[in-house]
Amino acid sequence: MTELTQLTAADLAAKLASGEVSSEEATRSHLDRIAEVDGALNAFLATDREASLAAARAIDARRAEGAELGELAGVPIAIKDVLVTTDMPSTSGSKILEGYRSPFDATAVARVRDAGLVSIGKTNMDEFAMGSSTENSAYGPTLNPWRLDRVPGGSGGGSAAAVGAFEAPLALGSDTGGSIRQPAALTGTVGVKPTYGGVSRYGAIALASSLDQIGPCARTVLDTALLHDVIAGHDHHDSTSLDHAWPSMAGAARGGSDPASLHGLRVGVVKQLMVDGLQTGVAERFEQALALLTEQGAEIVEIDAPHFEYAVAAYYLILPAEASSNLAKYDSVRFGLRVAPEGGGTVESVMSETRAAGFGPEVKRRIILGTYALSAGYYDAYYGSAQQVRTLIQRDFAAAFEQVDVIASPTAPTTAWALGAHAGDPLRDYLNDATTIPANLAGLPGMSLPIGTASEDGMPVGLQLMAPAFEEARLYRAGSAIEQLITDRDGSPFWAQAPALDAASIASASTGKAAN
Amino acid sequence: MAKTKLMDFDRALELFEPVIGLEVHVELNTKTKMFSPAPNVFGSEPNTNLAPVCLGLPGSLPVLNHEAVRYSISLGLALGCEIAEVSGFARKNYFYPDMGKNYQISQYDDPIAHDGSVEIELASGRVVHVPIERAHMEEDAGKLNHVGGSTGRIQGAEYSLVDYNRAGVPLVEIVTRPIFGGEADTPEIAATYVSTIRDIVTALGISDARMERGNLRCDANVSLRPRGNEDAGMTVLGTRTETKNVNSLRSIERAVRFEIQRQAQILSDGGSITQETRHWHEDTGETSPGRPKSDADDYRYFPEPDLAPLTPSRDLVEELRAQLPEHPTLRRRRLRESWQFSALEFQDLVNAGLLATIEATIATGVPPQTARKWWTGEIARISNERGAVSSDLITPEQVASVVELIDAGTLNDKLARQVIAGIIDGEGTATEIVEARGLAIVSDDGALIEAVDAALAEQPDVLAKIRDGKVQAAGAIIGAVMKAMRGSADAARVRELVLERAGQAGE
Amino acid sequence: MPEPSAASTEITASTVEHLAGLARIALTPDEITSLTSDLDSILTNVAKVGEVTNADVPATSHPIPINNVTRPDVVADVLTREEALANAPEVTDGMFRVSSILGEEQ
Repeated sequence: MTELTQLTAADLAAKLASGEVSSEEATRSHLDRIAEVDGALNAFLATDREASLAAARAIDARRAEGAELGELAGVPIAIKDVLVTTDMPSTSGSKILEGYRSPFDATAVARVRDAGLVSIGKTNMDEFAMGSSTENSAYGPTLNPWRLDRVPGGSGGGSAAAVGAFEAPLALGSDTGGSIRQPAALTGTVGVKPTYGGVSRYGAIALASSLDQIGPCARTVLDTALLHDVIAGHDHHDSTSLDHAWPSMAGAARGGSDPASLHGLRVGVVKQLMVDGLQTGVAERFEQALALLTEQGAEIVEIDAPHFEYAVAAYYLILPAEASSNLAKYDSVRFGLRVAPEGGGTVESVMSETRAAGFGPEVKRRIILGTYALSAGYYDAYYGSAQQVRTLIQRDFAAAFEQVDVIASPTAPTTAWALGAHAGDPLRDYLNDATTIPANLAGLPGMSLPIGTASEDGMPVGLQLMAPAFEEARLYRAGSAIEQLITDRDGSPFWAQAPALDAASIASASTGKAAN
Repeated sequence: MAKTKLMDFDRALELFEPVIGLEVHVELNTKTKMFSPAPNVFGSEPNTNLAPVCLGLPGSLPVLNHEAVRYSISLGLALGCEIAEVSGFARKNYFYPDMGKNYQISQYDDPIAHDGSVEIELASGRVVHVPIERAHMEEDAGKLNHVGGSTGRIQGAEYSLVDYNRAGVPLVEIVTRPIFGGEADTPEIAATYVSTIRDIVTALGISDARMERGNLRCDANVSLRPRGNEDAGMTVLGTRTETKNVNSLRSIERAVRFEIQRQAQILSDGGSITQETRHWHEDTGETSPGRPKSDADDYRYFPEPDLAPLTPSRDLVEELRAQLPEHPTLRRRRLRESWQFSALEFQDLVNAGLLATIEATIATGVPPQTARKWWTGEIARISNERGAVSSDLITPEQVASVVELIDAGTLNDKLARQVIAGIIDGEGTATEIVEARGLAIVSDDGALIEAVDAALAEQPDVLAKIRDGKVQAAGAIIGAVMKAMRGSADAARVRELVLERAGQAGE
Repeated sequence: MPEPSAASTEITASTVEHLAGLARIALTPDEITSLTSDLDSILTNVAKVGEVTNADVPATSHPIPINNVTRPDVVADVLTREEALANAPEVTDGMFRVSSILGEEQ
């Protein structure tokens, strides 16, 4: 690992701007880092060394010409494979899309390229973003850089692990029920789910259209904000894209870097988000964080949100229902896998065999569930009621935000669990999302940032902050202040506390595993 | 195919009351598709009018065409409908390889337009008000070409090839409520309704409305209920069949008539009607069963999360209402009275879709009967021969230019037909063709006299008869002269000259 | 329309087979067995959404309400035929080739 991979995106960007470092050097360092550790981590599904270096050189050339470049120009970025890209395959973690090449870039990717960032690869994910551990990827699980026998969370475990393992300073993620925030918590990184419609979904391979949102991942709040500013904004390709004059998130993050800015902040703690099964070490860190806030003059307000307890149920009806329809296009006709039954078969049997072979168990489970929830005679009881619960949850949020500026909760009830620990129990995974799901149902912005490690296992714990729609600047301002408090408490930034991961430690970890 | 047993139509009506419901799909002629900016063009090379949305490519998202919304509201208003305050889109989920996403974006609970009525007038002068339940926006599917087996049919095909050019073309589906009381006119009501819809969308300029291209497609629901049950109320209907994609006015009339006769026969034989879709066969004049309705038709509709709801402003609705053209039924009445055609002549024009063309021709100063004669005569003959639409081949102005030459005596009807053929073949203007082909009537007496004298000399017996006062014998000479002049002579002048020269020759 | 409650929700293997048919997934007998039990347990847990809803609560299908999003009627984003066909499993004559629609018995 070189020094360049240890830099935050903001610091690397400053060195690029000053000419101290070239984008080619920065990109090569990160590609070398990927080569060093990703054989074990499996955070990346695709890289293209030559293409990435060529893109980096192009940025260096433009800089040399004196072109006006964005603040992050030349900084490497990893892209969750849920986003379609023209330069590398886009699979959404599924066999059914193995090798798929998109003729267009997702809008978020196009914005990142326009801003001069350099794509260094596509990151692993649960198949079609269905999962909380990245174990549902058709291309093998991603491991947690803090401990290689643990999951990195999901569905965006690849992006979170890539950032956490210094393979990339920045990554793009997608968050349907917590897929940016929960992996951020489990890997000790930062992730933000913007307000629904804040970032275009064009080119994001759809899971649940009314819940999906693209967002930034990084190791620091400021880096996350810098990337947020690049990708946010109106896009005529997405009918649900918001036409809104967004303030600078980087400005908000910089404005919040003095913890004194927390003075007078009203922070809500929702009873219903302090869920059953909250791990002791997680609860401890959360309480400590609240104490730090109080010390700075923030006000902690307990909030009752009675309908939050129905959020998981509503989510696991709405998501499968929309997914069952969104995933119908994978039928072997226009793109993707084709599997024909013996003797050829009709188009119907080819579609059925293809989908049987191309989808993993969790995808099949949710498609069947969603098909049921929408089917005649059950719509009102299931999908219809779930959409009504959504309204009730929005009302709970509205009432809460009359009393507080932000809501805080543990991002996830537990730290990263052992690979395979949840196997065969889908409900267990589902309940793990209870803290992150309400923001998706209501369309609100949410952030996860690391606040320490849990006493029992030494694994990272995340704090979730939520704000009213359009108010993500509040998250960046408060998040930045809290990050500073944690750094001050620990004597170093949280990301710098990650255990060293290199060829030697990987080798010893795998030897240890073999010995077990 | 075994010949289907049919009850006599009149007998069927004695025993049963026919009730129909019609679903008409209108393809809008916007520049781009309903939810994608791909071109909405007919007849291109396969798979060349596509954007990512048309293929359902991963990551693609629909965005609604603004013009299609305006067209749909205008159509709703022309159908006398209410325009919804809030309208939305829904996904209709089913797998079929002609749909890129395996769901169709349509409208379900909240169509853009609802509760209207369309006045139609039958050939007899009977006026019927067809109740409209709704008109909703949706997208068309692509086209399957079946290969192997016989004549491109789905049955027996080895494989199929999909062209998605039509996928996403904007459609408005107009759904009637059940139409009661049609009685013996029921088949004609169906056809007249569709022709009225065609005229409405043509007048609005929102569709090319060519049935042969599928711009306008009709599904006809037919059911019968036994006489004597009228008191049971309007809601008790017999089991219906839905005959799909009947694509000409004449076929609609025939298909409805066929279903009435077929169902009546089954019911009076003690059988029952299967609720099913049926296919119309133009060649045999029969319908045949498609697939029965089953629970496989569980479309799992739900609100389309990728599109925002529509709340058309009342200002927009009133703006579009103010721009509505004259209602076709009223227009027909006005035109028929002003042109003074017989009911039959007028109906022929309506069926041929020629009202606007004739109107435009008359507007150039051509007398109504003359306009009718040319468009339903020679031009219709050529367009039938070529399988083309007549107004594609020649314009009202071009027809008027030919008529002008006839009026000026430059052309007779026979020559005019050749000029029309020339115009259609792109040889130039009427005058240019007359010149190039040497088609003008020969009015130079010198040439005519020479020809008359030659003919008289060849047929001395006829000359003798004329001289004996048997004037009718002149016909043979006139014919010979016209033949010699290859038609380019004025027959009346030739006759005068024949009589004159026959007299002179005797002196 | 029937109003199934959590108690009346009963998932059988034939329910799952029917759903798999609608969703075009050829399931193995083992998958049908496991999905029957999964679906039953999941539905038991999610059916609680019915507990707090009533006819007065509007449904939310779009989390951030926006209306009347349209685009001008202008051609854009057109794929070349090569791009359109590039990912197709099978192409003939510039078209996407699929197996016959109907089986032999039809």
